Amino acid sequence: MSLRADTPARPAARVRRFSRAERWIHRTTAALMGVCVVTAAVLYIPQLAVLVGRRELVVRVHECAGLALPVPVLLGLVSRAFRADLRFLNRFGPHDRLWLWAALRRDRRRQARPAGKFNAGQKIYAAWIAGATLVMLGTGLLMWFTHLAPLVWRTSATFVHDWLALTIAVVLAGHIGMALGDPEARKGLRTGTVSEEWAKRQHPLWRPRP
Amino acid sequence: MNPEPPEERDGTPVGRRVFLGTLGLGALGVLAAPALQRGLEALSGNDPTGLTGLLPNGGGFRYYSVAASVPDKNATDYRLTVDGLVDRPRGYTLADLRALPQTRLVRDVQCVTGWRVPGTPFEGVRLADLLDAAGVRPTARALRFTCFDGTYTESLTLDQARRPDVLVALRMQDKDISHDHGGPVRLYVAPMYFYKSAKWLSGITVTDRVKPGYWENLGYDVDAWVGRSNGRTDEPTS
Repeated sequence: MSLRADTPARPAARVRRFSRAERWIHRTTAALMGVCVVTAAVLYIPQLAVLVGRRELVVRVHECAGLALPVPVLLGLVSRAFRADLRFLNRFGPHDRLWLWAALRRDRRRQARPAGKFNAGQKIYAAWIAGATLVMLGTGLLMWFTHLAPLVWRTSATFVHDWLALTIAVVLAGHIGMALGDPEARKGLRTGTVSEEWAKRQHPLWRPRP
Repeated sequence: MNPEPPEERDGTPVGRRVFLGTLGLGALGVLAAPALQRGLEALSGNDPTGLTGLLPNGGGFRYYSVAASVPDKNATDYRLTVDGLVDRPRGYTLADLRALPQTRLVRDVQCVTGWRVPGTPFEGVRLADLLDAAGVRPTARALRFTCFDGTYTESLTLDQARRPDVLVALRMQDKDISHDHGGPVRLYVAPMYFYKSAKWLSGITVTDRVKPGYWENLGYDVDAWVGRSNGRTDEPTS
């Protein structure tokens, strides 16, 4: 029995999904986004603002985390695996249209949701959150360095920053909620590998490289 | 094994379009913000449910404190001291302040970060009355305000402080000022951005020159007239 425990698992049982670099990109981005969200809540929700005070410090932490937020992705561009996955996220095929259509009709049948390495929902989420992060960065900088731009821009930037923050909070909650509902997907980002069965079920068109 | 479907690598670049589209919408949002904000303010102004208060710029006050924590002061332990270049320095209890003639003003409150709360009643003692009672010396030029949060400070010139729309406020929205709004006593400088209206007021020192306050040391204007400072063009409040 101890012998069996020492035998490595069948190599076919697990498939590689994310490289070490990709896992760290996700981890650091998630941590920075978490800091942004928590500090934003303290700045914005009166009850939390009352509880924490220290407005200047909280603002400083929020600014630094926001500035750093795109850095892991930018550094990650040196990774070939990450660039390959960005390409997968970018390109949409006919099956992605089918997937979106099924998602709109709440059709959960496996054959109605064809997906490659990433499904159409993940692709749209990735593109949107990247764009939204840069809009937050831009409007945040306008609010921060008020003397760089006409000051009416500052109010406008605050307006967009506030509303987009609310939207991001909702979308991010959806992202985290879906991850909570799929332990194998989380395992993929934690360990880098997923079960072959999960890959076939969730991403039937994905052909993992050995 | 089956080859990878070619569209996985070479399909339509929808991701890039979504990404650029989001950026474009963000830029458009900044351009359209003044109009959108006016529309929303009109909407939240007629909202009987108060739900819009939860939304960004949905109206109402926001809580800003620069200190880690602020002690609670009440009728037994609150003191306001008036000192510096005066003939008769003294401390006021809450009861002392309540016994003085009260003035009620109803004006808009305008924050330098953009939010505005229409028609807010403030009630309290005219700062000019306290200065007259203290006997300001001829060398005096300005006032320095300190707060019992231990951190915040503010300033006014003597001429600004003597305006009839500058109060040592005891009531706001026709209630005693709550702790979160700077109670029991805060400054109320009606014609200026709201950072001039120092919360948790505990000291007034008459000085020979303006010493910039907390936010002014961080780049905000000392003479903070609404609509004529900080590069903003808001409608004047008083």
